[in-house]
Amino acid sequence: MQIEIDEIAKEFGTATALQAVSLSIPSGALIALLGPSGSGKTTLLRILGGLEYPTSGRVLFDGEDATGLSVQNRRAGFVFQHYALFRHMTVFENIAYGLRSRPRPSRPTNAEIERRVNRLLELIQLPAIGKRYPSQLSGGQRQRVALARALAIEPRMLLLDEPFGALDARVRKELRQGLRDIHDTTGLTTVFVTHDQDEAMELADLVVVMSMGRIEQVGKPADIRAKPKTQFVREFISA
Amino acid sequence: MTTTLKTSGLRPQNFKSATQEPVWLRYTLIAVVLLVLSVLLYAPLIAVFVEALDDGIIMAIESLGNRDAQEAIKLTLIIAAIAVPANALFGIAAAWAITKFDWRGKAFLITLIDLPFSVSPVVAGLCLILLFGANSMVGGWLVANGYPIIFAVPGIVLATMFITFPFVARELIPVMTEQGRSEEEAALTLGASGWRAFFTVTLPNIRWALLYGVLLCNARAMGEFGAVAVVSGKIRGQTATMPIMIEMLYNEYMSVAAFSMAALLAVLALVTLMLKSALEWRYADQLAASHRH
Repeated sequence: MQIEIDEIAKEFGTATALQAVSLSIPSGALIALLGPSGSGKTTLLRILGGLEYPTSGRVLFDGEDATGLSVQNRRAGFVFQHYALFRHMTVFENIAYGLRSRPRPSRPTNAEIERRVNRLLELIQLPAIGKRYPSQLSGGQRQRVALARALAIEPRMLLLDEPFGALDARVRKELRQGLRDIHDTTGLTTVFVTHDQDEAMELADLVVVMSMGRIEQVGKPADIRAKPKTQFVREFISA
Repeated sequence: MTTTLKTSGLRPQNFKSATQEPVWLRYTLIAVVLLVLSVLLYAPLIAVFVEALDDGIIMAIESLGNRDAQEAIKLTLIIAAIAVPANALFGIAAAWAITKFDWRGKAFLITLIDLPFSVSPVVAGLCLILLFGANSMVGGWLVANGYPIIFAVPGIVLATMFITFPFVARELIPVMTEQGRSEEEAALTLGASGWRAFFTVTLPNIRWALLYGVLLCNARAMGEFGAVAVVSGKIRGQTATMPIMIEMLYNEYMSVAAFSMAALLAVLALVTLMLKSALEWRYADQLAASHRH
């Protein structure tokens, strides 16, 4: 799905988190929002997911205005920074949650839910952990379960907030490829937030560098490396 | 490794952890705690039972069997049955509003929740009389229409609810603050309605804190004396709760009756505490699982 961000601004009280940013995300792309903390990247992601509403501006999904669309109706698969798995539910129930939340007419049968959850567990290459609780999983496993839970609702896009932030360096590298593979298999428009420029450059088709609530530069990783547009970008990517 | 230890004459048990105190200090501290507990907590509790059984268990049970005593017991249970569920609901609502949303006046509400802890129960009772007494505007109208609040059961319920309001909210706020909002947000992004998120995600996560708050609230609701004494009018057989009844019997030198009732009230409180311990023991692994993560 193609996403169009049109002059989106966000203020929290008197603090400005985003100042009228515009961005066009092509359908099926893997996009990184890159910037230091306080750059507004997470705010922008949450606005896309419907968890925050912009102070002004519009969001368009495939050309249709989605600015006021409720979080439930956006069908955005959201992976939270610390995964936010439901701690009192098994992995299976975590992944099934979205399907069980559907209104009765469109809710799949139990057998169908089981089939889909098992297929997602295969996709994240953890077929045998359905009966475990989140507290019994490693950090990397939790991240993949969170990904499967987000994919279970058959989302129109995938939004990830610092998906590798809580992991150690070795697992991080492994899971980068994992995300790339899942993106390529599903073909979903995917936006992830990161403060790690290596991660953004290695993984994304298109990198959006942000600072102080503004977009500094948008481009392919190689282009940003070769021709940083501003002083900030130059310093940030060489850090 | 072992050779170096041998040559230097150090064995592992010679090392102690940084927080380990000397033996004499440990036993002294434990002895002091036990002594204070015995004098302040156990001795009075045992004294109540001894006094109640002074004339034998038959007399004690008989004293609880008279009509006024039965009415007092019934009234206390009814009050708890109304005040505790109401405060559980209000407590959840207050904790939810404070921990899951940002809004102006939040700090004020947090202070307000603690008000019953800081205001003397007698003052709370007098406030209710000022508001709902026969001489007030609201109270006068209610009395004229046959719904008296003060010197009647509704007043006792209000006073009990006021006094026990903080218990549930106070237990829930730290737990809900620590758990944050992201699990609820995750439920919403997965298509769940607000209510579904509350019942399937929030409530299971807070169930232990909620239970604990409800049990504490119940113990206090059954035992409240000050505020209830002011608003109830102490009408025997009508508005006298167990604590009020105990005081009246004691003042009339009916010590067996007074202490039998006191022992029963203490037993109700102890049952509450044992219930809590039993549940904690039964679900220890689940408790641990939800605290890890």
